[in-house]
Amino acid sequence: MKSIRWKVALIMSTVILAIVFFLPNTPAFKYMPQWWQGNMPNRGISLGLDLQGGIYLLFEVEGDRAVEITTDRIAQRLKSILKKGKLGAEVKVKGVQIKVSPNTFEIRKAVEEAYSKLEVVPSDKELIFQIASKEAKKISSNATDQALETIRNRVDQFGVSEPVIRRQDENEIVVQLPGYKDPKRAVELIGKTAQLEFMLVDDDSPIAAKLPSRVKPGDENEILDRFKDKIPAADVILFQRIENKETGEVYKKPFLLKKEVLLSGDLLTEARVAIDRRFNEPYVSITFNSTGAKIFEEVTGKYVKKRLAIILDGNVYSAPVIQDRISGGSAQITGSFSLDEAKDLAIVLKAGALPAPVKLIQNVTVGPSLGRDSINAGKKAGLIAVLLVVIFMAFYYKIAGLIADLAMLLNVILLLGAMAALNATLTLPGMAGIVLAIGMAVDSNVLMFERMREELRAGKTPRAAVDSGYDKAFITIVDAHITTLITAAVLYQFGTGPIKGFAVTLFLGVLINLFTALVGTKTVFDLINSRREVRKLSI
Amino acid sequence: MIEIIKKTNINFMGLRKFTLVISGLLLLLGFVAVYHLATGTANLGIDFAGGTAVEIKFEKPVDLQKVRKVLDTRGIKDFELQDFPTVNKVLIQIKRDQKELGKLSEQIITALREGFHDNKIRVDSTTEIGPKVGAKLRKDAIWAIVLATIFILGYIAWRFQFRFGVGATVATFHDVLVVLGLFSLMNKEINLILVSALLTIAGYSLTDTVVVFDRIRENLRFITKEPVEQVINKSINEVLSRTIITSLTTLLAAGALFFFGGEVIHDFALAMILGIVVGTYSSIFVASLIVLLWKKDGSLAARKR
Repeated sequence: MKSIRWKVALIMSTVILAIVFFLPNTPAFKYMPQWWQGNMPNRGISLGLDLQGGIYLLFEVEGDRAVEITTDRIAQRLKSILKKGKLGAEVKVKGVQIKVSPNTFEIRKAVEEAYSKLEVVPSDKELIFQIASKEAKKISSNATDQALETIRNRVDQFGVSEPVIRRQDENEIVVQLPGYKDPKRAVELIGKTAQLEFMLVDDDSPIAAKLPSRVKPGDENEILDRFKDKIPAADVILFQRIENKETGEVYKKPFLLKKEVLLSGDLLTEARVAIDRRFNEPYVSITFNSTGAKIFEEVTGKYVKKRLAIILDGNVYSAPVIQDRISGGSAQITGSFSLDEAKDLAIVLKAGALPAPVKLIQNVTVGPSLGRDSINAGKKAGLIAVLLVVIFMAFYYKIAGLIADLAMLLNVILLLGAMAALNATLTLPGMAGIVLAIGMAVDSNVLMFERMREELRAGKTPRAAVDSGYDKAFITIVDAHITTLITAAVLYQFGTGPIKGFAVTLFLGVLINLFTALVGTKTVFDLINSRREVRKLSI
Repeated sequence: MIEIIKKTNINFMGLRKFTLVISGLLLLLGFVAVYHLATGTANLGIDFAGGTAVEIKFEKPVDLQKVRKVLDTRGIKDFELQDFPTVNKVLIQIKRDQKELGKLSEQIITALREGFHDNKIRVDSTTEIGPKVGAKLRKDAIWAIVLATIFILGYIAWRFQFRFGVGATVATFHDVLVVLGLFSLMNKEINLILVSALLTIAGYSLTDTVVVFDRIRENLRFITKEPVEQVINKSINEVLSRTIITSLTTLLAAGALFFFGGEVIHDFALAMILGIVVGTYSSIFVASLIVLLWKKDGSLAARKR
């Protein structure tokens, strides 16, 4: 009798706990007193993107590019160091390798002294350096960390509620934007490298005049090939995208630019949207920090009457003629933006450039209405499953069936409570897991009841039948469930988001099922048996 | 007492001629599916193959032929269409690697928006999976299958005497292969959800087997005078009703999912239904038969445990 009381207390307290944890998911939570809302669990079960709608983006940070960029920077510095040492060396960069010639002992020593983290690539004749592989890995990994930070800043300013931004594996970044609908804009905002550079237009070269004034989009490479060997070594050709607002026609305008970057976006402190009164067109106004402002003043003073190109991620945005020395360190980026485009550009410029380009490798967008449909379908399926099982059990096993039904409902309540307590995410397959768990929940009871029926047939008293039926079925029930637990655990380990949700509900469902069947149902039978001597078992 | 199955006395083991043929044929389907998977000719979903899927809901019923024409005339190639006429939905899939994600789905949506002026569309979902992700998901799925297999086999080895272990293992593989084969026969997609369903089936298929085996073990211990074949038959007959009822309740739930759970869950539920039915069949006919055939003498050595 004492042990029954304990069991009843145990069941009651788990139910109360489950309800407390699940409350935040019910409308009733809003009406709870303040102290409750403040101190009690308030997160509950959250919905997966497949149910609430939103965007899941997976980016790959091109770590190799980060290594290339670092290699480039080192090569530039090597150049000036070797120049100072008057060793007459020539430095060339190809991908992640720096070729230094001539191959002499002095030069090799000078390079190794300057950069200890460079390693010599074995070669017979030439002197080639590259960043040591361990260091390269570190650069690549750091690039992912930095990119994560930058993306977080961008998304924060974008104003999406409860975004999830996290690193995955070596060089992948997951971005989840619940409730957001426009994947194109999100990808633009997050995936843009946002490398802002100022370069001088090389109008002095005779080649500049030979460039076509407009190029069809897609033909850029052809132009680059044609002029590859003709342009000065210190120059580069970049394009500006120009769109005729009336006709919608798009073409590309090539620019011959001096390769040297005079000023870049890392010296920026402020970027915001302003509207040009004359054309009623938005533009982005940027402000440099004191270092940037000083450089900007120097550059504009030195190159008056020349054209200064503003370049973002390798695309020319504008190339205005410098009218006069500009002090104060502010500039404008124009480029026939829409208001949203200008806003997003200001955000990415302010949040800073990504350390390396990122590539979108997975993009899943779920509309809010599909999520709602899925929830409704899941609820309906769940409700119907519960009804069918309840009716079947009550019909087939009578009172005992009703006890099993109670256990199954207990199962559902505890499952929802456990999910809420763990702040689990409910996904569409997760809902399927709950429905399946409803079907499996009564299995244990069926095994017990069938055993009890056998014992009754063998002529045992109801109480003895309950006890021995329960005892004999016990090990079968545990055996029958463990493999499903194994499967659920493996699925959790290897599944993607929605599948993980399935694994969680299946695992918890089966575990709780063991509890409700082995403790719950048994307690009810014991209770009935303890009150009075039961003559006939309704089973 | 209501009983679906009254006390029976069916000679299950005697039916082996038929069941061996049925299982053989079903397994053949499974092996064909495995062959397709191994040679890369299986109908993989875009999560494994990489590619683009766009799910569009139309305001009014839509003719699939017209969708095809609209996409064709706008230069969209290699697409597969699937319609869900009850909800006016069309699923457009292109299983092809793309250099840049985002463009193709936009193209499809624009094409349909312009092609169906009189029938408003709503984009329910777009999924784009790059080749690297597809490869990773394939790898993860294979790992999941391998590990689940190892753990389940480990559990069987720990819990069962050798011949029962062999029976349970064969029955589990039988069920998974048969469902895979049936799916392949219906030209349904092999995707992440199906893999999850198959693993769930592998886990659940043992439930029924355990019920049958437990009784066989118990009876072998007590009934030592009858031949093993008879003891097995008797045991199956004894637990027939619980084997069927446990499956039935889970089947009720899977059926509710199949009919009311929505199109994403539809195939998952179908796999579960097939798995439960095949699993029940196999625990009665296949698993026990293996136990019987493994060591036909029925010596007392087999009855030790």
